[in-house]
Amino acid sequence: MAGPISWQLATVTAIRDETPTVRSLTLRLPTWSGHRPGQHVDLRLTAEDGYSVERSYSIASEPERADVVEITVERIDDGEVSPFLDDVVVVGDRIELRGPIGGYFVWEAPLGGPLLLVAGGSGVVPLMAMLRHRSHAGAPVSARLLCSSRHFEEIIYREELDHLVSNADGLKVFHTLTRSQPPGWSGFARRIDERMLAEVLEPFGISARAYLCGPTALVETAANVLVRLGMPPDRVRTERFGPSGT
Amino acid sequence: MTDDPGTEPTQDDVLDGNASAGPLSAAFGMDMTAVPGKCAHCGAVHMVAELRAYVRAPGTILRCPICEGIVLRIVETDEATYIDARGAAYLRFERR
Repeated sequence: MAGPISWQLATVTAIRDETPTVRSLTLRLPTWSGHRPGQHVDLRLTAEDGYSVERSYSIASEPERADVVEITVERIDDGEVSPFLDDVVVVGDRIELRGPIGGYFVWEAPLGGPLLLVAGGSGVVPLMAMLRHRSHAGAPVSARLLCSSRHFEEIIYREELDHLVSNADGLKVFHTLTRSQPPGWSGFARRIDERMLAEVLEPFGISARAYLCGPTALVETAANVLVRLGMPPDRVRTERFGPSGT
Repeated sequence: MTDDPGTEPTQDDVLDGNASAGPLSAAFGMDMTAVPGKCAHCGAVHMVAELRAYVRAPGTILRCPICEGIVLRIVETDEATYIDARGAAYLRFERR
């Protein structure tokens, strides 16, 4: 039965390095019903002997881009799938994909804001889809992104985020670097904590809509703090993914 | 809550119901992450995305974030998807 999320063959049409260990793949799809920012796709790789593995990847691109989705893949050295996507795949390759998937961790412009986004490492990917969508839709929604990375060189989408901020349309981006900071660093330099979240959230107050994505420990900490600060739990949406330090 | 304390998952092994979105939407033909369900053990109501997902097993176990009771078990084989929902008192589907 051809349901809305049956498997299809996507073609890799572009590859872009984001950081030394992270790259983005643009995938063209034969049939795509469009997605909502925050949704993900499942990829399936099958070896010649029939062994297959599936992994979920958040969609990084905005729905305004028709017929393609972009995913951003962080290389996990002992992973089964990410080394293939990061080292082996070239433009023109075809990959099995199903999606779009998910409806809980989704933000679209009509939902409004203000929007508080909190990311750990590659947890920024679905949040980037929301920010790209916000920008393309010209949505007058104030937004703040707090992004935790280990090192400056590991900040994903750094230049594009700078560019989005320079549009001066109500977006502010805060970075925290937890392991090392370059000389003259003026951002945060510690793991996300209550004081940091309170500072970033302050102008929005508890009326914000929050989306948190990253490693489980970071998401748990941030979600608990936001609820303690008075945000209603149903406005704090969370997505946890597997081990990968921030 | 595991049978073998030697394989107790660390906090970062525990994901959430978003991790099961693919097999669940393939089986139900709709997104399931925003569907609320009631834990049959303690009565707490959470959306599927808010359940705790233990994925380091031959299948996925979704547990209640309040009482840790098992709400859903999902196992995919080559031929079929099995969903054991004994731990859900109900799942609530909005009529559109």
